[in-house]
Amino acid sequence: MARVVVDVMPKQEILDPQGQAVANALPRLGFDGVTSVRQGKRFELEVDDSVDDAALAKIAETLLANTVIEDWTVRRVES
Amino acid sequence: MKIGVITFPGTLDDVDAARAARYAEAEAVPLWHADHDLRGVDAVIVPGGFSYGDYLRCGAIAKFAPVMTEVIDAAKRGMPVLGICNGFQILCEAGLLPGALLRNAGLHFVCRDQWLRVENAGTAWTTRYEPDAEILVPLKSGEGRYVADQSTVDELEAEGRVVFRYVGNNPNGSRNDIAGVTDARGRVVGLMPHPEHAIDALTGPTDDGLGMFLSVLDAVVKA
Repeated sequence: MARVVVDVMPKQEILDPQGQAVANALPRLGFDGVTSVRQGKRFELEVDDSVDDAALAKIAETLLANTVIEDWTVRRVES
Repeated sequence: MKIGVITFPGTLDDVDAARAARYAEAEAVPLWHADHDLRGVDAVIVPGGFSYGDYLRCGAIAKFAPVMTEVIDAAKRGMPVLGICNGFQILCEAGLLPGALLRNAGLHFVCRDQWLRVENAGTAWTTRYEPDAEILVPLKSGEGRYVADQSTVDELEAEGRVVFRYVGNNPNGSRNDIAGVTDARGRVVGLMPHPEHAIDALTGPTDDGLGMFLSVLDAVVKA
C-alpha cells in the first residue's frame, strides 16, 4: 500500500476568482504582504502495488483534472 | 420525431426540456443515466441542473455515465445533441465541445433574463432564427464562465462556431462574451442560458427559446 497525493491547480493563464477573493480578504484580517493566492485541489489516494505510475497519470488526467483548465502533479508519499 | 431528454441524479431541468420538445410537437423520450440505451431517439437534450451534485467539477462525473457513452457515439455519427447549462458543462467535459466552464468571474450566482445574439443560424439547433437575431431567455448559473485557450477561441471565431453571444453586460466573464458554441459539423450545440424556460410567454420571459426545438425537427427531417 502507498499513499499518493495528486495536486490539481488552475493553469496560470486561467483567471482564479476564488483565489483572488481569498487574497483580497487577507489584508482585511491584518495579513499584509500576500501578493497572490491561487486555489486548487489536493487528492489523497491509498493504492496497492498494482497501481503503477502510468495508471496514476491516467487517473489524474482523465478524471481528477480537466487538462483544458488545470495542471496536475502526482507524487508518492510515505504512508 | 423523438427527442431524448437525459436525467442524471441531480438533474433539474429535464421536465422543462421535455415540455419544450412537446411544444415543438416532437415526442419527448425520457433517457436514464444508467442505461446504455438511447431508445431510438433522433436527437438528445442534456438538460441543466447539478448532475452528481457537481462533485469534483461540474459535469466531470456525468461524462462517464452509461448513457453518455451512447450519446458520444451517436454525436460522432451526426445525431443532433443540445447541452443546456449543466448539459453544456457535461458536453465540454466529454470532449464533444471545446473549452470548459468555470466559476463566474464575479463569484455570484447569476439568475436573470439575458439577451443573446444568435451568431450562427446554421446549426442543427438554430436554423429557425434569423442571423444576428436577439433573443431573451433565462440565465441561471454559478459556473458559466466559458474559457478555452487562445488558439481554440481563435478557431471558434474563424469558423463561426460561436453560436450565441451575450448582449450587453457579460454576466460571468466568458471569453469573447461567448454564451454557446457548436462542434465542427454544427450538430452538437451547448449554451449556458436556458431556451427551454422561454417557450411560452405565460411561463417564461418570452417564447424566444422555442426556435431551438423547432430547428432540430427540420434538421432531423432533412437528414
